[in-house]
Amino acid sequence: MTGDASRIRRQNRLSKGLFLCFFIGPALLVYAVYNIYPIFATFFYSLYEWTGIENTRTFVGFENYARLIRDNIFHRSLGNNILLVFASVLTQIPLGLALALLLQSRIKGMRLFRTVYFLPFLMSTVAIAILWMFIYNPTFGVLNRALADIGLASLQRSWLGEPSTAMWAVIATICWQFTPFYMILLRAGLAGIPEELLEAARIDGCTPWKSFTRITLPLLVPTLVTACVLSTIGSLKYFDLIYVMTEGGPDSATELMATYMYKQAFRQFSMGFASAVSTCMFILAFIVAATILSLDRYRARGGN
Amino acid sequence: MKLLKSLLMHLLAVVWLLIAGYPYLYMIATSLKSQENFFRNPTSLISTYTYSNYKLVVDLGIFRYFFNSLVISIISVVLIVLLASMVSYCLARIRFRLNRPLYFLFIAGMMIPVHTTLIPVYILTREIGLYDQLWALLGPYIAFSLPVSVIILTQFAREIPVELEEAAIMDGAGRTRQFASVVFPLLTPAVATVSIYNFIHIWNEFVFALVLITTRERMTLPLGLREFYGEFSVNVPGIMAALTLGTLPLLLAYFISQEKVVRGIAAGAVKG
Repeated sequence: MTGDASRIRRQNRLSKGLFLCFFIGPALLVYAVYNIYPIFATFFYSLYEWTGIENTRTFVGFENYARLIRDNIFHRSLGNNILLVFASVLTQIPLGLALALLLQSRIKGMRLFRTVYFLPFLMSTVAIAILWMFIYNPTFGVLNRALADIGLASLQRSWLGEPSTAMWAVIATICWQFTPFYMILLRAGLAGIPEELLEAARIDGCTPWKSFTRITLPLLVPTLVTACVLSTIGSLKYFDLIYVMTEGGPDSATELMATYMYKQAFRQFSMGFASAVSTCMFILAFIVAATILSLDRYRARGGN
Repeated sequence: MKLLKSLLMHLLAVVWLLIAGYPYLYMIATSLKSQENFFRNPTSLISTYTYSNYKLVVDLGIFRYFFNSLVISIISVVLIVLLASMVSYCLARIRFRLNRPLYFLFIAGMMIPVHTTLIPVYILTREIGLYDQLWALLGPYIAFSLPVSVIILTQFAREIPVELEEAAIMDGAGRTRQFASVVFPLLTPAVATVSIYNFIHIWNEFVFALVLITTRERMTLPLGLREFYGEFSVNVPGIMAALTLGTLPLLLAYFISQEKVVRGIAAGAVKG
């Protein structure tokens, strides 16, 4: 009798195990091959000198990293990435919040505003990049024409062609693309704030500004943290738009770690060095995300 | 004071309306101009209209890129939804030792910068002989969509009442049957969100396509747009027609079901 019971239990466990393998296995396999394995492989490749085409590769230890530390273009791209992080967090999120608040208020023609505000995020990055290259075009671009029309012809320039303006021109385009995303994100956060709280504050004589800083903002912190994490990681790995618009030029004024990595790997065929850049990106993104999230956890605990 | 505030608000509203909307207007208006008309008056929004640019872009084979993008997007999304909901069902319903660790493994994937995997994925793709084929994109696209999809679907599956499955067990349904005929149908709202989110991202994906595909006939739409840009050089209205056509599908989806698309995109911001 007991033998039967334990046999049935064993059979049950076996069938549960089989079921789990069958249901989780395929996804886990794809995930492991294309997501987990490459992280280790990147680090492994970064210890070699290798073209990626020939089969021969030479072990050089941490030589690629030493080269990275001395490399001026890498410094430049790291600086640009950090600039992009700050520019993104400090413009996209506040602007997104302002727009989200705007969409909550009663303005005539709200449907139109809501619909149009979101449009930039729907265009593919490549399309945005090409479109804005024509907006910035020095001879027939809209921006220079508009400057001439309002009497500021002296400000006209080749926005993407000059090292001093290229990065800012690109950042403006990136903000155009991503602000709608943070608007949507923060609007969802705002919708989660109970109406009664704001109502009670109004009855108690709170000014709108006070109820914003004392109620809305504190309750919005989790959403803001998420927005910061997404924006920071996104900026550290940014590639598409800059690659299409400037390829990192002119004179590496808009070079990012990702564009540098791509060019080293697929133009210079210096896979080992590119892998070292790639590993650096991974470590940086990891550190930053972990820092923000643990700071947030610390804050949440302090609040209790 | 109140007047000033409302004035300021309206000002911001209108300014951002122009900033967000004008590039679209410019793109569409330019795509309808003839080339000489464009160079005579590059910024005007209203002028004589011609559809010749669209005809040119279609003749040059933009629909090939459309087709490729559509095929890879649809197949990827179907597989993602299937694989992710199977995983989510197990994570939400079955107790086993690796349940938590597996969930965290998938969440951690959200922190990985895609480009870190670019070189190994390129090498791997060449080694398994998929290089320069549309199918080479399938693996990376599925792998990078799994974290968000698994999190959304698992959270949703946990909310589904267990009683329904218990009733199915009474009727003698096994686990596979419970999943297929009870849980999966109830996941539909989350499946819609996940599908929209992933479709938009895969439709617009650029860097993997750039690295893994070189032959023109196999390129996806973002790569194709770049080809047009390279070939057309000064034919600005032609390029704008290509950009407009390329943006049209998502634009149409957005106008048909604004709320669903917006919800789908906001869903990408989940935090474990």
